[in-house]
Amino acid sequence: MAGTSQLDIDYVANLARIALTPAEKEKFSRQLDDVLHYVEKLGAVDVTGVEPMAHAAPVFNVWQPDESRPGLPVEDALRNAPAQCDNMVAVPKVVE
Amino acid sequence: MSDLWFRSATELAALLGAGRLSSVELVQSLRGRAQALDGRIHAFNSFDEADALAQARAADERRASGRARGPLDGVPVALKDVIAVSGQPLTCSSRMLENYVSPYDATVTERLKAAGLVVCGRTNLDEFAMGSSNENSAFGPVANPWDTSRVPGGSSGGSAAAVAAGFAPLALGSDTGGSIRQPAALCGIVGMKPTYGLVSRYGLAAFASSLDQIGPLARTVDDAALLLGAIAGHDPRDSTSFKAEAPDYAAEVANRKGPWRLGVPKEFFGAGLDPEIGATVRTAIDFYRKQGCEIREVSLPFAAEYAVAAYYIIATAEASSNLARYDGVRYGHRSTKAKDAVDLYFRSRAEGFGEEVKRRIILGTYVLSSGYYDAYYLRAQKVRALIRNEFTAALQEVDALLSPTSPVPAFKLGEKSADPLAMYLTDIYTISVNLAGLPGLSVPCGFTAAGLPVGLQLVGRPFDEAGLLAIARSYEQAHGWSQRHPAL
Repeated sequence: MAGTSQLDIDYVANLARIALTPAEKEKFSRQLDDVLHYVEKLGAVDVTGVEPMAHAAPVFNVWQPDESRPGLPVEDALRNAPAQCDNMVAVPKVVE
Repeated sequence: MSDLWFRSATELAALLGAGRLSSVELVQSLRGRAQALDGRIHAFNSFDEADALAQARAADERRASGRARGPLDGVPVALKDVIAVSGQPLTCSSRMLENYVSPYDATVTERLKAAGLVVCGRTNLDEFAMGSSNENSAFGPVANPWDTSRVPGGSSGGSAAAVAAGFAPLALGSDTGGSIRQPAALCGIVGMKPTYGLVSRYGLAAFASSLDQIGPLARTVDDAALLLGAIAGHDPRDSTSFKAEAPDYAAEVANRKGPWRLGVPKEFFGAGLDPEIGATVRTAIDFYRKQGCEIREVSLPFAAEYAVAAYYIIATAEASSNLARYDGVRYGHRSTKAKDAVDLYFRSRAEGFGEEVKRRIILGTYVLSSGYYDAYYLRAQKVRALIRNEFTAALQEVDALLSPTSPVPAFKLGEKSADPLAMYLTDIYTISVNLAGLPGLSVPCGFTAAGLPVGLQLVGRPFDEAGLLAIARSYEQAHGWSQRHPAL
């Protein structure tokens, strides 16, 4: 397996875009170390020649005709938006 | 009318059909019971009574004018708060979606409405369906109706508790690693996870897309068959939906007769199994033997030893990807403290997600991250193939596999919540079934000395739901477990 079970919590939390408190970092590191130690047992399985399986049954791309159909009306699509203006979702400024 | 609370959906449908009961009376009776008792159970996150009564009145009018949509017209069904109902809240028991209102119906919701069922009550769950005890709900845990100091199981704990407590005859749950079967077992009812692809996932808030399936919870096998029949079938809006029409399960189940060849996976009776559960399940297996079924010992070494490990890599990896959509931008919780656009993601997710969801996103992100992908995710997918292969081989020899659903009966609230790994191991017999994509069912098979329900799990071949239901029904009909109800 990966050799170490010590996950770099700051690095991974940054990838996941979640701000963790120091207490959460300490707790999750400890608990996930237990989980990672447990899953290390997968390293003992001989998987030589085994094809990885993403789905239990084969999944194929599904095509549909390129035809316009009614979609979600704008007001319905925006009903759950935290902020909106002029029929758009409003967000903090991204580019100065 | 108190005698309605524990009537099966089949009986209620007959009363409605004979004009001896109205849907409005039925909804009011069940609502009255929930209003009196749900303060102790907390099965519902919300219940729109006006909407429920409007649906019931419409059902009564259809029946009165001879336009009933089918046998279940006017029968109430509660939906796990992770399945979209247009105009109703969809919280996933998360602060992230506390104020979210569904803009459309899930396919299963559309089908239930088309069959005339009264879709009412949003049932509590572990946040985003991540958990085995319902303690991870942002709105508070659910209590087990058989012993309110204990958990109902999870993640569909609210659906299971609502059915067990007599608040609803039918409910839908979702099952990613046991989330229908385990709470059904712990609450003493029937719960079924259909074959992957049988029931559309359109409108189901995604947790782990290659494992998630919606399925029925009910107090009898016949009721589960009726509800499955109402929701199953091809849906072009779900690309993984199986392209075939579903059979009439209620009719099929009555036609299928034993004796059957049944397999008992020897590894599912080993260390970690509560001795009372083991003995109770063995008694149920003996029943089948006495009925003339051939009982054969089978071996599932990969499923028993490696399924939990493979699952917690695959499911968390998929969850970390699926839950990336909750970014505080288009819907869901948005932090008011963000300094800039990127900070908005960090803070909205920190404030909106609960502890277990954060833990799983972190784990899933890690196993997919550069340098670890092959060692964890790719290897877990290969082990998944080995698990599926050994199920396929076993099910060539037998019609179904019998085992306990859960290794332990309902545990105390708080008993396992500090130890995620101990909690994950309670799904040891159910998880492999999701990895293999097979149908699985839990049917009540007795009680512990302390009066806690025990569930028997049946696992079958892909799309042989009718066979599984028939095997479960033959046991149920010879025992009276479905007539026992919690004293609340």
